[in-house]
Amino acid sequence: MQIDFIHKQTAHCENGVVSNLMRHNGFEVSEPMVFGIGSGLLFSYLPFLKVNYAPVFTYRVMPGLVFNRFAKRVGIKVKREKFNSPKKARASLDENLANNNPVGLQVGVYNLVYFPDEYRFHFNAHNMVVYGKEGDNYLISDPVMESVTTLTVKQLEKVRFAKGAFAPKGHMYYPISFPQELDLKRAIVKGIKQTCRDMTAPVPIVGVKAMRWVAKSIRKWPKKLGAKKANHYLGQIVRMQEEIGTGGGGFRYIYAAFLQEASKELNNVRLSELSREMTEIGDSWRDFALDASRIYKNRSSESDGYNKIADQLNELANREEFFFKNLKNAI
Amino acid sequence: MKKKEVPQDDSKLEKANIKDMVYAVDENGEYTTELSTGWEPKTIALDNAIKVIEERVTEAKKRVLNNETSPIEYYMELHKMDLPILASYVGLWKWRVKRHFKPSVFRKLSLRTLKKYADVFEISIDDLKQLKG
Repeated sequence: MQIDFIHKQTAHCENGVVSNLMRHNGFEVSEPMVFGIGSGLLFSYLPFLKVNYAPVFTYRVMPGLVFNRFAKRVGIKVKREKFNSPKKARASLDENLANNNPVGLQVGVYNLVYFPDEYRFHFNAHNMVVYGKEGDNYLISDPVMESVTTLTVKQLEKVRFAKGAFAPKGHMYYPISFPQELDLKRAIVKGIKQTCRDMTAPVPIVGVKAMRWVAKSIRKWPKKLGAKKANHYLGQIVRMQEEIGTGGGGFRYIYAAFLQEASKELNNVRLSELSREMTEIGDSWRDFALDASRIYKNRSSESDGYNKIADQLNELANREEFFFKNLKNAI
Repeated sequence: MKKKEVPQDDSKLEKANIKDMVYAVDENGEYTTELSTGWEPKTIALDNAIKVIEERVTEAKKRVLNNETSPIEYYMELHKMDLPILASYVGLWKWRVKRHFKPSVFRKLSLRTLKKYADVFEISIDDLKQLKG
């Protein structure tokens, strides 16, 4: 049993599942559009929450939020189900496939066999589409992969019932109702407004304020934590910024692509200028990652290096603050 | 970033035939996507993170052999887990799992409890009990 489903690779899994499921239902919405309307862009620092023995830095919003916001803003309804029993979870999945309905699944990465070992961490917010079943194999469209793949019934059950933070509990979701026509214009404006608000929020753990907090902390790390731990923390920042799914530059390039598309959709030239500016900001984030990697490559604990990248991060905070104020005025 | 400047460095992804999708602008300033085999700064970051885990595994093994902790902690590190993750997999409170790290407590664990851990680590109870040096 196989549903006629078009797989298209995207940078990020959640955007990709939404974009691919929308296409299947007859609506062509690009990955940047999903990300922008869903207000996916962010910066957040959660020093009290540790993953892999380092604090959490994130360049995007919480898993699931992009789809929920996107759905609300363009007027589609999403059905979400979680399960206590793997057996029920499988039965429900099979039923949807039998009804010709491809579904999105939230899964854990650690037991995802087609990923290389080095990438298999206990991260439970990966997303994929299941679009069919042949014998003992489920047909999988994983948006970060170039082509489709398969997982056995047992393999899929394992990733659907991964444990730990954000345990998926078999989480399955799919759109159930659509408007006659997608009103992208209004949705774009709403999406942009929220991102501007989040990035300039007067809260220390999100947006430009969080960047400044991280910059301040980086200066203290070599003395407070020692070179080894300080470098481990820096590595965590770079990984969160550049690892699979960010599209490069901590999602800034995807956002720039969104602004370019939005500029055409809204007939607003100013957004196109701001897209170019966002690209330059993305480039500076790449420079920041490159310079940070030089520190942990040389394993140096010279505070000079740390101060230098802290300066870069502060500069980025200033530029993004200015940017999002301009963006708010542009719409 | 310009499309032609998208880095194509060596990485672990390349060996698994996975390429990272990056957004970049073409000659006309239009956004498009490009596949990347890898970028050195992130390869080093990942290598370092893996090294940290390997060190933790070696350290845990040493401590098991010195009778300072139980094999459960070693297997936890081997599976890149920490206490909250392992506790969630075996379905026990964190403080109980932590207690099971004590060699004296570990020796007295029931077969049922041992099986819970063995199942999570996908090994036999015998393998769980005896860590081969």
